[in-house]
Amino acid sequence: MKRTNDSRARNHAAYWAFLMHRVSGLALALFLPVHFWALGQAIKGTAALDGFLQFADQPLFKFAEWGLVVLLSLHMMCGVRLLLIEFRPWTGLRKNWITGAVGFSLATGMAFGLALIR
Amino acid sequence: MTKTLAVSVWRGKEEGGFVSYEVPRRDNQTVLDVITHIQRNVDHTLAYRFACRVGMCGSCAMTVNGKARWTCRTHVSQVAENGKLELAPLANLPIVKDLVTDMRDFFDKWARGLGQFKGSRTRKDEFEKVRPDSKARMAADAGIECIGCGVCYASCDVVSWRPDYLGPAALNRAWTLVNDQRDTQLVERMKAVAGDAGCHSCHTQGSCTERCPKQLAPTAGIAGLKRQLMTTPAGGK
Repeated sequence: MKRTNDSRARNHAAYWAFLMHRVSGLALALFLPVHFWALGQAIKGTAALDGFLQFADQPLFKFAEWGLVVLLSLHMMCGVRLLLIEFRPWTGLRKNWITGAVGFSLATGMAFGLALIR
Repeated sequence: MTKTLAVSVWRGKEEGGFVSYEVPRRDNQTVLDVITHIQRNVDHTLAYRFACRVGMCGSCAMTVNGKARWTCRTHVSQVAENGKLELAPLANLPIVKDLVTDMRDFFDKWARGLGQFKGSRTRKDEFEKVRPDSKARMAADAGIECIGCGVCYASCDVVSWRPDYLGPAALNRAWTLVNDQRDTQLVERMKAVAGDAGCHSCHTQGSCTERCPKQLAPTAGIAGLKRQLMTTPAGGK
């Protein structure tokens, strides 16, 4: 066994960006089957879908929805940063984009939260 | 009374452990000075590797308080936490003894990524003119200063996860040669760096770029290789 790195070696902005992108991506992937299941209720008719939508209209679901929006915006901005690194002939780790990604998803989260409480 | 440093040093091979030493704290002391003090004054059996002591040879790279770095250019004042230092051999490489790693894997991968220059001209030909301000020359310039210390390789999680991955240094070298207009092995090189163990394995965690003591950006070079593969397919002509 060779020695491997621990969290001290990984504690820098670009690694945190990798983790944010990966974890948000996995969480969104886990949500997708639930999303399709919910949409699939429409096959059973309007009543089934409306029934589920009514059931989902409670604080816990709204909070989860807020989480989804934050994860989506975070995942998108981290992805844009990667695309810039991959496709533009720039050097560096685009740390400004990491800050931007966190700021953007925070702002999105706050905007969505405001829309929820109106 | 002089101040002292509490230094934990990895002893043994892969099976081993940290041993504590007390080392007097001195002004402008580097981490390499600390190791040398232990070897000369406390325990002669401690194995470590260094040569130039001024950041030119790259042989004294080790893991200092969890991060890979050159010990010769690292002042104790930059890294000591509450008077404590933890010194270990580089990660991702087999350990020969104590702080010395076996670098063969690392350099073999440079060769596997076709890191050798091969030109078409002989000494009887004219010099090829390379414009210093050409895009390719500047891209080659950005990565050419690598001295092969292995800090990026040791910092890369992808190397830990899949041991056949070429790693940032070999790919950075390949990228400088891709941008060398005199080199004749573009297609072979792209074949060598494509595939699962090549540039496509990079997760853009950026640890190589973050830790490179020469401030090079292997992450950018690896992205460059990926772009190059769009125009020079590995199986292409």
